[in-house]
Amino acid sequence: MGKNNLGAETIMIPREEIAIETKKIDVYYGSNKAISNASLAFPRFKISALIGASGSGKSTFLRSLNRMNDGIATVKGEIMYRSTNINSVKVNVYQVRKHIGMVFQRPNPFARSIRNNITFALKEHGIHGEDELNKRVEESLRAAALWDEVKDSLDKSALSLSGGQAQRLCIARSIALKPDILLLDEPASALDPVSTSKIETTLRELKKKYTIIIVTHNMQQASRLSDYTAFFHMGKVVEYGQTNNIFTSPRANITEKYISGNFG
Amino acid sequence: MNNIKKELNMASKETRQDSIGRFISYFCITIIGVLVISIIYFITSRGLTMFFANHVKLSDFLLKTTWNPGTLDSHGKPEVGALPMIVTSFSVTILSAILATPFAIAVALFMTEYADKRGAKLLQSVIELLVGIPSVIYGYIGLSVVVPMIRHIYGGTGFGILAGTIVLFVMILPTITSLTVDSLRAVPQHYRQVSLSLGATKWQTIYKLILRVGTPGILTAIIFGMARAFGEALAVQMVIGNAAIMPKNLVSVASTLTSQLTTGIGNTVLGTFANNALWSLALVLLIMSLLFNTLVRIVGNKGAVKNERKNKQ
Repeated sequence: MGKNNLGAETIMIPREEIAIETKKIDVYYGSNKAISNASLAFPRFKISALIGASGSGKSTFLRSLNRMNDGIATVKGEIMYRSTNINSVKVNVYQVRKHIGMVFQRPNPFARSIRNNITFALKEHGIHGEDELNKRVEESLRAAALWDEVKDSLDKSALSLSGGQAQRLCIARSIALKPDILLLDEPASALDPVSTSKIETTLRELKKKYTIIIVTHNMQQASRLSDYTAFFHMGKVVEYGQTNNIFTSPRANITEKYISGNFG
Repeated sequence: MNNIKKELNMASKETRQDSIGRFISYFCITIIGVLVISIIYFITSRGLTMFFANHVKLSDFLLKTTWNPGTLDSHGKPEVGALPMIVTSFSVTILSAILATPFAIAVALFMTEYADKRGAKLLQSVIELLVGIPSVIYGYIGLSVVVPMIRHIYGGTGFGILAGTIVLFVMILPTITSLTVDSLRAVPQHYRQVSLSLGATKWQTIYKLILRVGTPGILTAIIFGMARAFGEALAVQMVIGNAAIMPKNLVSVASTLTSQLTTGIGNTVLGTFANNALWSLALVLLIMSLLFNTLVRIVGNKGAVKNERKNKQ
C-alpha cells in the first residue's frame, strides 16, 4: 500500500464560500458502520463529485446531507448549512429537504402529467396561485433544459418521456422548489451517452445558481464535470480536492489505483 | 452423424411429458368451464321458470313488497315481491362496506407505511386468522353479543339490518384490508423517496400520493368486500330476523336474498311454484355477483393500464 497514509493533507478545505459542510460524520446501519469520520466542505456554486467503488459509502453520505437516511441509518456528527447543524433532531427536516433537493439514480417521475410532477411539491409547500404555478413550471423546465421539448405537451403523462427527458424532469421537479443545493445520486447511470451528455450540459448550466453534489461511478464524468472530487473507500474519505489535482496527481496510492481503473 | 440425426427425430420422454401436461391442464380447464356454464344455465333456467311458466311479471317480482309464494293475493296472483329482500341485501352490503373501508385503509396504511416488519407480519396473521374463521362463528357471536346489545340499546328484538351490518363489517374487514395492503405495496417504493426528498411530510406523501396511486386497487378491494357481504348467507341469517318484509328501520327484522333462500329452500319441493320463486332469488344473486365481478375487472383494468406504463420506463 506504500504511501497510503490517510493524513489530513489529503482532505482539502476549499478556500471559497462554503455551501454545506460535514464535520466528523459517522453513519451506522444498525451496528454496521458505513461511514466513519467524514469531514468535507462543499463550495458554493461548484460541482463536487463523490467517487468510489460500490459500497464505499458515497451514496450513504449523500443521502445523509438532506436527512434522507432518517429512519434508515443513524447519522452522527454535524452537518453545517447556513451556520445551522441540520443533523440535529430539532431541525425541521421538511424544510431541510426543501433547501437541499435530491435527484435519484433511476428517472422516477410520478405517473401523472408533466405539469403535475412539478406542481405536486409546490402545492405541498403552500403555493397555489395558477399564475405562480405556471411560472414555476416554465422556469424549472427551462432551467433543466426540457422546456423546448415538452412545452406543448405539459399535460401528457410524464411516463411518455424518454429516460433522459424523465431524468431532466426529475431535476426540474427538484429545482422548482428553488433549493440552494442539489444532490444527485448517479443521475446518469441509467441513461444512454446522448442523454448523459445532455444532463451534464444541464448541470453545468445549473451550477451558476445552485451548489451541486453528484455521486458518480463514471470517472470521465467526474473529471469533465466537477470542480472538486472526493474519493471514498470503504466508508472513509480518502482524498478530497480540486478535480484537476485528484485526477492528475492523486496523493494517496489507492486513489490513483481507483482512478486508473485498477479496481472498483 | 447418422446417430445424431436419429436422436433429433426421435420422440423423447420430454416431449411426451410436455404433451401429457398440456392434456391434463386443458382437460381440467374444460371440466371447470363446463361446470361454470352448467351452473349459470341451471340457475338461469330455474330462475326464469317463474316468469315464463307461471307468468309472473318481472315488474311484480322486482317492485312488489309482499313475499308469500304459497298464497294468492286478492287478484288471484301469487305474492312474490322480492323488493324487501333486494333492499335489505343492498342495505347490509353498502352499510358494512362504508363502515369497514376506513378501518381497512387505516390498518393497511399502518401495515405498509408505519409498522416495522414484525408488526406488519403480526397484523398479517391476525387478518389471515379473521378470514379463516367460519361464518357460523361470526353469526353465533352476532347472535349472542351483537343482537342482545342492540336490543338493550334500541329496544325491539335486536335482529335486523344493523346487526347484519355489524357482523358483516367484521367479516369483510380482513378481505378489504388485505387487498388494500396489496395495492399499497404495489405503489413503487421510489414514489415515497421522491416525495420525501421534495420536502413532503409522511402524511402528505400518504394522502396526496400513495392513496391516490392506490385508488384503483382500493376500489377493487371494496368491491370484493361488497361481493362477499352480498353473498354471505349463514352469518346474516342468524342475526337479521328472517322476516321477508320491508325493513322499517335499521333495527326491525328483515331478510336478505341469501337468508331467504337458506330459510326457504328446505320448506319447498323442487318444481313447485314456491321453489321456483326461490330460484328467481338465486338468479338475482347470480346476476349481482356477475356484476360485482365485472366491476372488479373494469376498475382493476384501469389500474393495470397505469402499472403497465409504469413498468415500461
